[in-house]
Amino acid sequence: MLHIYCPHCGEYREEEEFHCAGQAHIARPLEPEACSDQEWGEYLFFRKNPRGLHHELWVHAAGCRKFFNMTRDTQSYEIKEVYKIGEQPSVVAE
Amino acid sequence: MTQQNRLTSGGRIDRSTPLTFTYNGKQYKGFKGDTLASAMLANGIDVVARSFKYSRPRGIVACGAEEPNAVLQLGATEATQVPNVRATQQELFDGLVSASTNGWPSVDTDVMGMIGKMGGNMMPPGFYYKTFMFPESLWDTYESMIRKAAGIGRAPKEKDPDTYDAINQHCDVMIVGAGPAGLAAALTAARGGARVIIADEQNEFGGSLLNSTEQLDGKPATEWVRAVVEELSTYDDVLLLPRSTVNGYHDHNFLTIHERRTDHLADIAPVNTVRQRMHRVRAKWVVLATGAHERPLVYANNDVPGCMITGAVSAYINRYGVVPGNELVVMTTNDYGYQAALDWADAGRKVVAIVDTREAAVGDRTEAARQRGLNIISGSAVIEVQGTKRVTGVSVAGLSASGAKVIGSVTKLKADTVATSGGWSPVIHLSCHTGSRPVWSDSVVGFLPGPTVQKQLTAGGINGQYETAVALQEGLDAGQKALAEVGLAVADVVLPEAKTLKVAAPMSLFHIPHLKPTSQAPKQFVDYQTDVTAAGIEIACREGFEAIEHVKRYTAMGFGTDQGKLGNINGMAVAAKALNKTIPETGTTVFRPNYTPIAFGAIIGRNAGALFEPERYTAMHKWHVEQGAMFEDVGQWKRPWYYPQKGESMQQSLNRECMAVRNAVGILDASTLGKIDVQGKDAREFLGRVYSNAWAKLAIGKCRYGLMCGEDGMVFDDGVTACLGENHFVMTTTTGGAAHVYEWLEIYHQTEWPELEVYFNTVTDHWSTATITGPNSRKLLEELTDFDVSNDNFRYMDWKQITVAGVPARVFRISFTGELSFEINVQANYGMAVWEKLIEAGAKYGLTPYGTETMHVLRAEKGFIIAGQDTDGSVHPYDLGMGWCVSNQKPFSYIGKRGMNRSDCTRANRKQLVGLKTKDPKQVIPEGSAAVLDPNGPKPLEIQGHISSSYWSETLGHSIAMGFIKGGLDKMGETVYYPLGDGTVIEAEICSPIFFDPKGERQNV
Repeated sequence: MLHIYCPHCGEYREEEEFHCAGQAHIARPLEPEACSDQEWGEYLFFRKNPRGLHHELWVHAAGCRKFFNMTRDTQSYEIKEVYKIGEQPSVVAE
Repeated sequence: MTQQNRLTSGGRIDRSTPLTFTYNGKQYKGFKGDTLASAMLANGIDVVARSFKYSRPRGIVACGAEEPNAVLQLGATEATQVPNVRATQQELFDGLVSASTNGWPSVDTDVMGMIGKMGGNMMPPGFYYKTFMFPESLWDTYESMIRKAAGIGRAPKEKDPDTYDAINQHCDVMIVGAGPAGLAAALTAARGGARVIIADEQNEFGGSLLNSTEQLDGKPATEWVRAVVEELSTYDDVLLLPRSTVNGYHDHNFLTIHERRTDHLADIAPVNTVRQRMHRVRAKWVVLATGAHERPLVYANNDVPGCMITGAVSAYINRYGVVPGNELVVMTTNDYGYQAALDWADAGRKVVAIVDTREAAVGDRTEAARQRGLNIISGSAVIEVQGTKRVTGVSVAGLSASGAKVIGSVTKLKADTVATSGGWSPVIHLSCHTGSRPVWSDSVVGFLPGPTVQKQLTAGGINGQYETAVALQEGLDAGQKALAEVGLAVADVVLPEAKTLKVAAPMSLFHIPHLKPTSQAPKQFVDYQTDVTAAGIEIACREGFEAIEHVKRYTAMGFGTDQGKLGNINGMAVAAKALNKTIPETGTTVFRPNYTPIAFGAIIGRNAGALFEPERYTAMHKWHVEQGAMFEDVGQWKRPWYYPQKGESMQQSLNRECMAVRNAVGILDASTLGKIDVQGKDAREFLGRVYSNAWAKLAIGKCRYGLMCGEDGMVFDDGVTACLGENHFVMTTTTGGAAHVYEWLEIYHQTEWPELEVYFNTVTDHWSTATITGPNSRKLLEELTDFDVSNDNFRYMDWKQITVAGVPARVFRISFTGELSFEINVQANYGMAVWEKLIEAGAKYGLTPYGTETMHVLRAEKGFIIAGQDTDGSVHPYDLGMGWCVSNQKPFSYIGKRGMNRSDCTRANRKQLVGLKTKDPKQVIPEGSAAVLDPNGPKPLEIQGHISSSYWSETLGHSIAMGFIKGGLDKMGETVYYPLGDGTVIEAEICSPIFFDPKGERQNV
């Protein structure tokens, strides 16, 4: 069970309070109508599944209800950093 | 019965407290301080099990968690049956009832054993796959046969009478194992002021020191143990957990500890105590001081009762005052094996020989044995054991220098016990749990913990350090390191003086050769519990299973409840030899939680029975119960399903409830609908983005129905939103979808449109909702309010802030039944009072409570959808015939707009929601039934769609159904067929899903 630092609460909390909402940094196209079906499909359905560093969107669902980003190693489950929405990761894959 | 193997003195047992226990129906005596295993050995019980595959007699091999054979069934009654209990870990209590788990008719006279003997060569590895695969139709027969033949314990058929619980714990340093290393680490961490938890699976702390006659500071080591435990108990921040197995080491230093609080006291836990407790620990640092398990050697007939490991022999003698035989032969590859012979001789029984596989090893222990005049046979091995239910003798022969071949002649020696030591395997299980791959060490002749990302330290036996002095020092060092890591100062600890013995190098040997090739020699067991032999592993390798993980699965090595604690390394060594590789090249399997089997009760804790899952009740729940309502689970909510009256069938109840609503007035507890308060200057804009329809012009005091779609354009929720103020709305969601919708709003606000000023709060539980619906509903409401609720003053789709039954209420004039309806929302703590007032006042109007089932029928008569029943994630608003609920005038590309304009969403012949009227008005089509155009056409029939909602309509006097049909909206009046599982076919006509009051006049009166 992960031990997660919520950047909004400023505290470590148990994984039970959180859940993962998928890959981070998937921006909704500003002009959806300008997207082809294929582009829209890629926005909707295509996600990375890396072995190693991954940027994920999490929500402190049973806490402050705020979303934040997490850089996590999918092999070791190490959490490299958490950062707020709108910020960019400082730890990235090679 | 006498305890013929019990010494008259010595050991940590209390001879003044005799205990009686039962094994396989016979009564025996033991003492307080015994384990079940030590008491069985004291009584000379040789056979404790029949083996899994060959049904061979098996005896006790070890004295701890690694025991593969003495896995017994406990329990004096049916309800208290516990399978999978290692006798070596079960403390004896008075009245304990135990039984062996396989062997038919009994472990002593076993019929299956004959089959095992005859069929030995017919049961190679992969036997089940090869033999019982075909024909598949007979698999059930095979399976029941196999299960009967090879059970290892059974679950109780009755409810467990005991309770279990769980505690969350936090600490600076979690120490696993309370042997010399763990105790030294704990003492250091405690003196340094850290919050410490130290857990050990045994009933008392001390680890290996309890099993030996070793001295510390010139006194018995157990005195040092006692002093340390006493000091540790004085610290407020130190938690001592004996009888507690750290069963799992999970991510981020989260550990699960299985504490057995009363298993040592009685069959059932004493009153007001829990039987077992799970500690869920989050530790800043972890010190693994888990020690090591001794490896037996693999030799012919090494499973005959009387074959043990040397450490266990010493432990039974020194700790329990039990000598498990009379004439001992030791076979060892290392110095530690000599200790068993020394202890045996001290106990006054005969040491026949110490067979050392090494030539001329000289260490302090070997010299002690030599000085005692014990018969040491060097450069040799026990290549075979004689006997069936007990060892009767051994064959000893010389070994080549590498240990690969037998050389020289064979000598037979008479003996009843063979203790072997192939070295020690560090207990690295926990370090593996978090994904760390172990690393082979040639000098230790074993796997050591690999690199880890956990905040983990190791000390003592787990590092391959078996000398007490070194273990103590490593424990102290780990304690100091942990203190530094958590920001505490160095602690002042002086270690006791331990005598450091000189140790000669061990020999790396696992599998003892035989005169015959392995495939023809008597069975040489690697894994006792799953009956895997050296020959079996060789066959697996020969058949092409090269990866150790495949060898494991093919042979079942390590698949027992002991996870191969004794045998895995030996198995890898045999495989490595067969593959002509080294052990590290062959690799290792890793261990997973749990370290030892654990009762389901301990996993579940208090979350059983009524506490299995939270239940949510509305403020009026008690009233529903008193009325005898039947309940339906909707998410975690308990909703009234229908209210049967005496003698009514369910259908009769529904008919009565439906007719009451259509002809008089009904009342529904609608409190469970999700309610989300939406505020902020951009609230209206936000609603326009998350709903498919328009919100820009919704006036204060008005309500509007909305459809919520995903980015793919598919409907996932619906509900009515009311405008409370220019910047204030309250949104309702489906009961089951509330949490999801709330998060949906938040994720879009927080990640996509943070510039919008809008706030959400979930207010579901803050409000109680009583829906009154039916022609008499206005008259009823008038009784309880001074407000003018006439059609002129309170229009359809309006909401009003008024007083109902003296309580402030938000009343919404919206309708899910098609009748004149008022949804009365009051603060939840007034809910019951207002409900009761309505019931009281409604009697004269024929007010009838109705539940969710009637609600479903009434809305289906009107063709209203239920999100989640008439939608399944593959239908957009147009598929539902609800294009009226989509606005393409909105400037912002709302969620779902792009999605529902994908080419697949706009193509012809999509499945569309229509009504279906059966040709026979009495027939109700089962929900889920598939539609076809021609039931007699060539198979497979092309499915046109399915039924999503289907009911008997008492109002209309015929059945009604809603369902999906390909291109259905253009097929009104056409016929489709629903072939059922029983061979019959229902014919139905496609029609509008609005069966009742198609113009919607009744709700507008």
